[in-house]
Amino acid sequence: MSDIIELLQGNSSDPDFKKKPVIVQGITGKFGSAHTKLMIQYGTNIAAGVTPGKGGTKFEHVPIYDSVCEAVDATGAKISILFVPAKFFLTAAKEALDAGIKLLVAIPEHVPVRDTLELLELARQKNATVIGPNTPGVIVPEVIKVGIMPAGPFKAGDIAVLSKSGTLLYEISNALTQAGFGQVITIGIGGDPINGTRLIDAFDMVKDIPQLRGLVVVGEIGGDAEELLAQKIIDSNFDKPVVGYIAGRAAPKEKRMGHAGAIVMGNYGSAESKISMFNKANVPVAKRPVEVPVLLATKLGQTD
Amino acid sequence: MRLLEYQAKELFREFGIKVPPSKASKNIEQGRQDAKELGYPFVIKIQVPVGGRGKAGGIQRCNGEDEFELKYPQVLDMTIKGEKARAILLEKMAEIKKELYLSLFLNRSKRCYTIIASSEGGVEIESVKNQIIKEVGLGDVSKDVAREVASEMELEGKAADDLVEILQKLSKLTIEKEAELAEINPLAIIQDGSLLALDGKVMTDDNSNFRHEELAKYQEISELEKRAEKSGFSLVELDGNIAVVGNGAGLVMSTLDMLSDSGGKPACFLDVGGGATTESVYEALSLISKMDRVRGILVNLYGGIVKTTTVASAFIKAYDDKLIDLPVFARLRGAESDQAKQMLNDTRTKLYDTVEEAINAAVMGVKK
Repeated sequence: MSDIIELLQGNSSDPDFKKKPVIVQGITGKFGSAHTKLMIQYGTNIAAGVTPGKGGTKFEHVPIYDSVCEAVDATGAKISILFVPAKFFLTAAKEALDAGIKLLVAIPEHVPVRDTLELLELARQKNATVIGPNTPGVIVPEVIKVGIMPAGPFKAGDIAVLSKSGTLLYEISNALTQAGFGQVITIGIGGDPINGTRLIDAFDMVKDIPQLRGLVVVGEIGGDAEELLAQKIIDSNFDKPVVGYIAGRAAPKEKRMGHAGAIVMGNYGSAESKISMFNKANVPVAKRPVEVPVLLATKLGQTD
Repeated sequence: MRLLEYQAKELFREFGIKVPPSKASKNIEQGRQDAKELGYPFVIKIQVPVGGRGKAGGIQRCNGEDEFELKYPQVLDMTIKGEKARAILLEKMAEIKKELYLSLFLNRSKRCYTIIASSEGGVEIESVKNQIIKEVGLGDVSKDVAREVASEMELEGKAADDLVEILQKLSKLTIEKEAELAEINPLAIIQDGSLLALDGKVMTDDNSNFRHEELAKYQEISELEKRAEKSGFSLVELDGNIAVVGNGAGLVMSTLDMLSDSGGKPACFLDVGGGATTESVYEALSLISKMDRVRGILVNLYGGIVKTTTVASAFIKAYDDKLIDLPVFARLRGAESDQAKQMLNDTRTKLYDTVEEAINAAVMGVKK
């Protein structure tokens, strides 16, 4: 698994340490342009944009290219954030990986799973990491934001947050920040049935971060990503405090709850199954988002 | 989209998977005609988008006209796990020697398609014993793999040949229709040793609907759900009296959970999407105004970028336009929340600092 922190901020010996260039695909769209501004405001080094047909123009001083290849040649970027409609997702995402992008943050919602599967085959061949689709992105607070999350909830610190949901990620990170728990990184997994980076992959990405003190996992009904993560926590004897939250306890079965992946079939994907596996892994599960920092404080108190 | 049994079987027929003779109807007049053409005896099968209908009495044997007149309306009137009958399928019975299980589904954790097969089918998948599991990448099942499955199921002769053929056809269906699940349970070995699909369950990927106009006829969503979809919302109707609205699926689910914990009964799950604008909140209120059962509206918005005053003006407009006359219990997180509070001072929308307070007020409020 690639070292996500290193990909995002580089090594301290790099001349562009904490200023790694990022490409925005779909930079001139309504959503893409609005969030490009916000990422620049946050301090992310948006080095180039891509919009076919608009090469040679600029957006907010950012040069625009017709293709990802040209943008990569001009900037040396290894990171791209993708804002194109779901219909064009596969073509744009493949273009990024073919051009040598190593970390692709895929924002679009409503991408057909077949397209995601196809992209992931290419990602395996190219040894690239895909986060998403249907993700708010990834943020190393106060260093780099490659995503659509508001800046407010996040503060630098030593807790990692992994979340399937966007707004719950903001809500819970905010609660953590208010309680004095800043974040070393937060990763949006996305709400789709197939994720470029699964919870277990994201766990591998963050578990060895030297300053990591604790982990918060924000799950929801559907699939068995939380169960597999719990098993991994058990198997790897991970000894740092982990706190969970699972949304969808009151959701009816066999109904898709907003996210394409949030659906319980029989017992598969149920909140009970996830909560009981978390409990087995000694991961307390908060009943409300605001309880997360309370449980984390208790856990940290036990280990300190 | 989850297809009903009769719709799944239409696809099976289209792809050459053998099913028993059957006819689907939505009223007894059509049903009578179907019965005449099909001939007695047959089974009357309720068509609902949930499992467990057999146990609930939704499948009835029917030997003649008198029984038909009695049972058809009974089955049509049934509600199974809260789901009313969408249609009735009349189907000829087969002489079953053995029931098998066969499915091809999107394996979320392995991120590939996976075959599950068993020579002990006819029960819910959780109880299917001796499962043969094979990962097949993007869903393409080669003849060799299909043969392996048949032999591991210990099928021989005609049954083995049929299984190979059916599995490959099921694979074709899964790929072409972008199904997340295509299941035949039971797949029966009948008297002559051949295989027949007695039940079918197909779920397709909603996100691929734009590539599948031919499936649009199967989409059975309510008028309200249609409107919600048009606005980019997702709506799930529930049977309580407090409408739950928010932005982001996780946040709305979380609100639903907390409301239920507090003894409240959600009337719907309404996710207006990541952002929240005056227009989207107004449209959400407009949808809720069409639900008679709603006595109060619980709103939980996490505005990262959006100003809460923008959202507040949607409530004011909804009252001014006489769109709603319901109390709204809202938690709006974001910029300018004090001003938003002031704007809503003399309205039936009350703002709370935390979602917990809004929930408590809503639960108390609808009791009055």
